[in-house]
Amino acid sequence: MTQQSPVLRVIDLQVSYYTEAGRALALDHASLELYPGEKLGMVGESGCGKSTMALAMMRMIKPPGRIEGGQVFVGDTELTALSEEQMRKARLSLISYIPQGAMNSLNPVLRIETQMRDAIKEHKPEMSDAEVQERIYSALESVELRRSVARMYPHELSGGMKQRVCIAIGILLSPKVIIADEPTSALDVVTQRQVMETLDRVQKQLGSAVILIGHDMGLMAQFVDKVAVMYAGKFTEISPVRDMFTDPMHPYARALIESLPTLSNKGVFKGIPGLAPSLIRRPPGCAFHPRCAYVMEVCKTVVPTLERLPNGRLVSCHLYDHEGNRLNAELRMAG
Amino acid sequence: MPQGRSRVLDLNMTPLLEFRNVTKIYTKGLLSRAATTALDDVSLKIEDDRPTILTVAGESGSGKTTLAMLLLGFISPTHGQILYKGKDITRLHGEERITFRKEVQAVFQDPFAVFNPFYTVDHLLTVPIEKFKLARSKSEARDKMDEALSAVGLRPEDVLGRFPHQLSGGQRQRINVARALLLKPRLLVADEPVSMVDASLRATILESLRKLNREYGISIIYITHDLTTAYHVANSIIVLYRGSVMEAGDVERVIRDPQHPYTRLLIDSIPWPDINRKWGQTEIVAREQEHGSIETGCKFASRCPFMMDKCRQALPPLYQVADKQAASCYLYDQQPAIARERLSEMLPA
Repeated sequence: MTQQSPVLRVIDLQVSYYTEAGRALALDHASLELYPGEKLGMVGESGCGKSTMALAMMRMIKPPGRIEGGQVFVGDTELTALSEEQMRKARLSLISYIPQGAMNSLNPVLRIETQMRDAIKEHKPEMSDAEVQERIYSALESVELRRSVARMYPHELSGGMKQRVCIAIGILLSPKVIIADEPTSALDVVTQRQVMETLDRVQKQLGSAVILIGHDMGLMAQFVDKVAVMYAGKFTEISPVRDMFTDPMHPYARALIESLPTLSNKGVFKGIPGLAPSLIRRPPGCAFHPRCAYVMEVCKTVVPTLERLPNGRLVSCHLYDHEGNRLNAELRMAG
Repeated sequence: MPQGRSRVLDLNMTPLLEFRNVTKIYTKGLLSRAATTALDDVSLKIEDDRPTILTVAGESGSGKTTLAMLLLGFISPTHGQILYKGKDITRLHGEERITFRKEVQAVFQDPFAVFNPFYTVDHLLTVPIEKFKLARSKSEARDKMDEALSAVGLRPEDVLGRFPHQLSGGQRQRINVARALLLKPRLLVADEPVSMVDASLRATILESLRKLNREYGISIIYITHDLTTAYHVANSIIVLYRGSVMEAGDVERVIRDPQHPYTRLLIDSIPWPDINRKWGQTEIVAREQEHGSIETGCKFASRCPFMMDKCRQALPPLYQVADKQAASCYLYDQQPAIARERLSEMLPA
């Protein structure tokens, strides 16, 4: 995997929403690299910027939101430099987005195949009807739905089936990057497992990179290779999933992991004290410092940068030096 | 747990709440024959003297919310009876009804939907104080509000005077718990109280529920599809599937060593936030639920990898598979069968 070049590169992406109360910095210099076949989980509390990040990559931010800087590359194509028309073509064929509650996004009065055909025709008008039909069937089959589903209307399908139809639409044109925003949040555990297994298999077939957005850390542990933890519009830590769950480095990531109920910590409830900050009035310095158990003086004034440590992990915290060593442990214990 | 002692108490005390063979059937219109059995012959007891947390778990369509609605008296059972302190809740009048309404409280799933956006938080808390005449003066009311908010870990000055949109989902849900607490209930029905709240805040809400149980002696019926949180808060669990009890017992036993094939599938599908515990060892049979099949026999039969002929013929009784664990499955027909009415004996307090 190290030989390959990244399929997705996000560089210093910045998004603001202009509201009556002021400018909310929803995404603050977010950078990310993803290789083919990689699965990245993006987690964080509601309002931390996960969905904004996804929408910004798709260039689907609507006013009062605005992309104010940064670049997004899929392979060699710079999405941020495309015209509106070119971007429309790139969606679904280069990068596709399965929105939150996607199953409610199906048109209730159109057959599944009609909706799928529209999507293909939009991008590949030259494709013959027979080819289109074949592609619809193979997309449905790859999410383990019978061909007969093509003739059905959304109301004839269960929630899990609708969600799989949405995945089928998302993969119709074999995109290089698939972004799935909480694809299973409304589903039962067994159905959730089916949908995730489907996504996993399809992703392996296509060799695409997947970004899974959500706040279910359990799902992340079971599904992704890397976890990116967001807080107040910034990445706080991006680590391989095993490192993230066994040895989270950023104090926020640590608090998040420790708040999770597992089989071994029954009856231990460790919530994160305090509240997520307002994006309009961000605390100075590190945005997490008012809630951080390890806060130091420097955290209150200097914004930490996301640094790549020698162990390959990316962490944005003053607690670590360039080598990834933790600073003044005694001081922290006293705090 | 002094088990011998509790057995004796069972005989003498009127339970706080009792479901006696409760069945709820929803029919579609007057002429249609299509009917859905949302809850099928469920019996359970919550004792008066031993506050407990009981989880009712199941997927959508399992009947868990129907059970909550029945318990709160919002709908009436088709068959069977629901007794609160020995009295049928559909026949409560006057003073008794007010007491029931006060002593049985609920917290619902959506912390955004239950607030009126035009009123401050104070309103939500003062209405029950006025309706149930809990305080004689403004200052006493304020004291009660402060106490309830503090009990759920909120600082009154942070939330009082605020409008719902100024609060986070976690804060709102804790205000709901505080509102319930104000009334000093005996029983709290919590229907998916954390499913719409951020993971980082779930722990705090679950902790306040636990505190209500331990410090205020309130019994809680925790209704959820999330077995991870169920494992953490509850003492005992009932697993429902399409209206029937599949397995019940000590939460520790049921989650760690499930016996019913359905419970096993469910527990194997939990995405544990644990990198060393992979999900999905059990194959999912029959990917889509085949509703509308004949409703005799075990409701899980069509999806069950161990399906036998007799599973199609009659609903399996509850078999006692351990001291505090029972499963409704013919795989355990060597074990002693227990009557469905005695389900509660499988549930530790």
